[in-house]
Amino acid sequence: MITTSTFDSRPAYGGLSLDERAKSHLVVAEGDGASAVLDAFEDAPPSLARTTLLYAGPDGMAVRLAILGAAEFRRTSGRLDLMNRLDEVFATSKMGARLYVAGTESFIGEVIAKAATYGVVPQSVIAEQRGSLARRVQCVHCKHVDEEVTATPYACGGCGQSLFVRDHFSRRHAAFQGVRVDAEVPGEIPAAEELVQ
Amino acid sequence: MTLHFKKETFRDDYTFSNSPEAIRRFPFPFEKDEYMYSVNIEQHMPGPQKSAFEFPIDIDEHYVAEMEDRAKVLAQDPGRCQSLPHMITAEWDLLELLMESMSKHYPEHFQLTRDGDDWRWVNKPLGVDQRFVFGDVSTLPYPPMEYITRQCQGDFALLDQRLDNLWMDAGVITAQADWSLDFDIGMNFMEWHAPVPLAKDMGIFERALKFLMNLQQGRPVRRLNWTMTINPRLDTSPENYDKWGVERTTVTPENVGNKVHLRVELQAMWRLPRSNAIVFSIRAYMIKMEELVTVPKWGRRFHRVLRDVKPELAEYKGLTRYRQMTVDWLSKHDDGAPTSPGFAPD
Repeated sequence: MITTSTFDSRPAYGGLSLDERAKSHLVVAEGDGASAVLDAFEDAPPSLARTTLLYAGPDGMAVRLAILGAAEFRRTSGRLDLMNRLDEVFATSKMGARLYVAGTESFIGEVIAKAATYGVVPQSVIAEQRGSLARRVQCVHCKHVDEEVTATPYACGGCGQSLFVRDHFSRRHAAFQGVRVDAEVPGEIPAAEELVQ
Repeated sequence: MTLHFKKETFRDDYTFSNSPEAIRRFPFPFEKDEYMYSVNIEQHMPGPQKSAFEFPIDIDEHYVAEMEDRAKVLAQDPGRCQSLPHMITAEWDLLELLMESMSKHYPEHFQLTRDGDDWRWVNKPLGVDQRFVFGDVSTLPYPPMEYITRQCQGDFALLDQRLDNLWMDAGVITAQADWSLDFDIGMNFMEWHAPVPLAKDMGIFERALKFLMNLQQGRPVRRLNWTMTINPRLDTSPENYDKWGVERTTVTPENVGNKVHLRVELQAMWRLPRSNAIVFSIRAYMIKMEELVTVPKWGRRFHRVLRDVKPELAEYKGLTRYRQMTVDWLSKHDDGAPTSPGFAPD
């Protein structure tokens, strides 16, 4: 199968920076993404008055975000809770809102995929990757999605087959593609390599 | 033209083969003794009589068997046919294009009668006689894209055009060379081509995208692409790679001629009138090495192409395990004589 690293489908995220022209700001962050939010918004009180901030992550970071001064701050219990809350926010969002995302690649991908279902153009989202380099991977055979994949090949949590992580990314699934590594010679499984970038 | 449809399979016992007539009309893709990527797009003009290019939509002796194979794939994996909600107009456009073309060029087999929006479609080889209202989904047993592509050879993708790009937002993909519609749906042109090596650095996709975004109604274009397949399997999907991948290790010097197939994709593209979407059709033709070398020029030339193909390309196309064995087998059919320019048999 493909082992090339030629790689146009994987989005590159430039980093958070405030869009002064936006009528309102919707900022969502997970885990270490909080530090990117602090870097970008700490010195922007006027904009913070038009900002909704959602966060899933540890206490220390949550406290620092809470006192940042956003018009609305909501800490959620985890990613699932945050995604549900995001549905409510999108449902009432208006033209001129700008979406910012900070966290792992998997988190950014999932937020952008959800936003796209509300008509947000993926290229319009401002995002910054922070934290773990783990990937979210969809098994092409059984379609199971594994989070936090850090090595290739890995064992699929759905069908149990050893999957090679292809350098191909789907925004709709917010996931990379996993393909059975030993399909041609069953049992011939190469040593796992860490996914470092 | 009255066709005789063969009874054959593309899985399990693999009874697929080409008649001598089908070999003669095989769209051999190499006009020289070497191959490298190029933006090899040309107008989809009518070609010579009896060739695969004679009509815009080519129906051949494998039609009925291919449609049976598609039905099996869709029964096992409905995700091979998907369409995002905004593509419904393009689906009707596609239905019109295929019904018009098939009935115009194969009137013995297909007939279309239009009375305003009241249409009647007769497909004799598959025993279909369907009255429906064009534009009314409830009058067909399947959504329009799925309905007509269950009756037309080739995979089909529908590409929406917006934001200076093409987006693969619908498709019926049951005979693919190792790419997943379920994974790629919603991607733009650059994204879904990301795994293809070399071509990107040659700027091929930028040029192809620019060309396609300017595609005009009534001026379809085509190109040929190729790969190789062990056994005449249409469904070489990544979804089922865990089942068919092992077949790549079954090639021996004795069975090369029968097992190893050159697989050519005739890709044709049309601009659609109502939706402004583009149809991307991918029609696969397969020919086993034994059949290929019955045309001496093709045997010589394919030996040279396969021998000299770049390693990255061989890897990407999945040829690595059986390439040398196939080159050795083909070498016995290459006497070193010069080959004439162009695709056609001498």
